[in-house]
Amino acid sequence: MSGIAQAAQAVLAMRGELAGIVGLSLLVSGTAIVVAMVLGVPAGIYLGLHRFPGRQFLVTLVNTGMGLPPVVVGLVVFFLLARDGPLGDLELLYTPWAMILAQIVIATPLVVGITLAAVQGLDPRVHLQILALGASPAQHYWKLVQEARLSLVAALAAGFGSVISEVGAVMMVGGNIQGQTRVMTTAIVLETRQGEYGMAIALGILLLGLAALFNWLFTWVQQRVKE
Amino acid sequence: MSLLALAGIAVRAGKRTLLEVPELEVVEGEILVVLGPTGAGKSTLLRIMGLLQRPDAGGIAWRGEALAWPPPLEVRRRLAMVFQAPLLFSGTVFDNVAYGLGLRGERGAALRAKVEAALAQFHIGHLAGQRATTLSGGEAQRAALARAVVLQPELLLLDEPLASLDAPIREHLRDELKSVIRERRTTCVHVTHELPEAFTLADRIAVLAGGRLLQVGAPEEVFHAPTSRTVAEFLRAGGMLPAEVIGTAAGGTTVRLVGRERTIAPGARIGVRPAEDAGLIPGDDAENMRS
Repeated sequence: MSGIAQAAQAVLAMRGELAGIVGLSLLVSGTAIVVAMVLGVPAGIYLGLHRFPGRQFLVTLVNTGMGLPPVVVGLVVFFLLARDGPLGDLELLYTPWAMILAQIVIATPLVVGITLAAVQGLDPRVHLQILALGASPAQHYWKLVQEARLSLVAALAAGFGSVISEVGAVMMVGGNIQGQTRVMTTAIVLETRQGEYGMAIALGILLLGLAALFNWLFTWVQQRVKE
Repeated sequence: MSLLALAGIAVRAGKRTLLEVPELEVVEGEILVVLGPTGAGKSTLLRIMGLLQRPDAGGIAWRGEALAWPPPLEVRRRLAMVFQAPLLFSGTVFDNVAYGLGLRGERGAALRAKVEAALAQFHIGHLAGQRATTLSGGEAQRAALARAVVLQPELLLLDEPLASLDAPIREHLRDELKSVIRERRTTCVHVTHELPEAFTLADRIAVLAGGRLLQVGAPEEVFHAPTSRTVAEFLRAGGMLPAEVIGTAAGGTTVRLVGRERTIAPGARIGVRPAEDAGLIPGDDAENMRS
């Protein structure tokens, strides 16, 4: 009980900073999942529909990417954005942009993989039927998105869940700088290390609550699109 | 006038030829039935005619104009196809029937009027607001047919759309389909392995077996004068009888058949039907008989 009271006190005392941390977490992970959906859904549909040399390799790459350890992604993005790295001139390291980039790398394979499975799960004759009614290639893709929308909401939920809760990548490329790149997960790590257990618990509860809230939202959307 | 013409079509899988159609034409206004046993290559042929599958060899012409690949969208939109399974999309029956019109930019009252007319024609007007996934097999296939017919296609392609239905519903829907096609004067290619369906609907019948186009002609011609044993057997012409060539002379070839000798002029065809004591029987190959 004293732990919870301590957590409540800590939250009240730091509510201004806490709002910033939560806001940045949502901004970074929200932007990353939007970009991952924009890139991943068309890529998943294309991989699901077409046969071409190297496709199997790409599918293997996507499947591997679905289980990428965030800390490894962080390491790769770190080297890419480091001062003497290929994208060093952009000076993005230790900014929210670097964190967004790392989370895009984590979420995109998940979105591609789930979309690919959804498209392959549709009756192959559905593609022919859509074309046989006079759909252009763009209309064909859009209809597939509509038909596979339940799975796409699942891709959105899985992708967002993976990035909002990851700590390794954002820690490496964001640096956990107070007021600039500190997000909920990195803040929990820091507070625990500093022995500020009340604050760590409060952040943990908040993160769980947010994850539950978004999951409820995605489930609600899924039920709506199912009807 | 020729609406769609195929020439030298071949579909291969490795060294194996799955489909070979030297020539086939769909004439405007007709119902052409492609008849053949399961695995004959009928659906592959229909996909090629529907511009959904590129053949490995051969050319396709639309109204006399050779088509490049991929075929232009404006030509594809003059065709519509219905498959054996209804393949309805999510949404209501109305949404499904309106889908193709929407693709063509139709909206509002004009779209609504066309959809309602098509639904009424297939007697499913009362199901317009119902979710497509909740329909029975017969209702779903009616919706699938309405979804294609509403587009008023210049060529309607039907891939055994009645095959998965129970017999009474199938027969009823077959008659309805025929009246709708006649009423709308739609040119139609209908694929089936059912003889009654073929002979009820067809203006012409194309018989396909083993990936080869064996005969094309009016239903009576195909039925009464099959040009090969395969066609005759598929049309259940009766038991095959052995024939022995006795000799060839200027007047024709003399054969012994059921103990009787007959001289057949070049080009003639003979056969036997169970109800007749002598008559039609194609040999192993009609070409051999003629020689």
